[in-house]
Amino acid sequence: MIVRSLFFAQYRDYAGADEISVELPEEASVADLVDRLRARASGLSKLPSRPVVAVNMDYAPLATALRDGDEVAFIPPVAGG
Amino acid sequence: MAAAHAAVTAEPIDAARLLGSVVSDDDGAALLFWGVVRNHNEGRPVSHLEYHAYAEMAERMMLRIGDEAIARFGVGDVRVVHRVGRLAIGEASVAIAVASPHRGEAYEASRYVIEELKKRVPVWKREGYVDGESEWVPGFTLAAETPETAGRPL
Repeated sequence: MIVRSLFFAQYRDYAGADEISVELPEEASVADLVDRLRARASGLSKLPSRPVVAVNMDYAPLATALRDGDEVAFIPPVAGG
Repeated sequence: MAAAHAAVTAEPIDAARLLGSVVSDDDGAALLFWGVVRNHNEGRPVSHLEYHAYAEMAERMMLRIGDEAIARFGVGDVRVVHRVGRLAIGEASVAIAVASPHRGEAYEASRYVIEELKKRVPVWKREGYVDGESEWVPGFTLAAETPETAGRPL
């Protein structure tokens, strides 16, 4: 399956891109995606090992199982207002 | 029937229009929270702020928070608007309009919306300093795997 990873603010700086598509084995979880991204030879190695994520625009635990086409956003500490 | 509305916008926020839009014949009070860019932060002179958002999710979360405020405090309409892009000192970055039959609930609901917004809504800001440097402003980290992070209503 292929999932879209979205990056914002500091994490966007690490990734050097707004969005990266990642191919994962079936039944992979958010935690598997995090491991895959952190292992890349890129600034994404600076991503926390337990980042806050949203799957399809809702905050979700790292154990969440992913499905093909899911949108996984990596949410750095928020600073709205 | 009270309703919440939420928007992320790159355009300046029109305070009078926003406040007027929440008031119905049932209401005896309306409040506007007007969050403004100030010229200093932690002792350092600030020249501007640059706001970034995960806009679609930010709207969804602000709408949810507005709905929660209506359910908790029994207020009327709630409207939340957050700016993105480069903002000058004195410009409004966020505005929250709350209407209510009575003032007490309006104050509580308004406070609730801004406090929850700062914890949960995916918005970030980069502070531009008078000396020409800029930095991401340290934000609020959600505790992993709480009811909030699981996206369930509180």
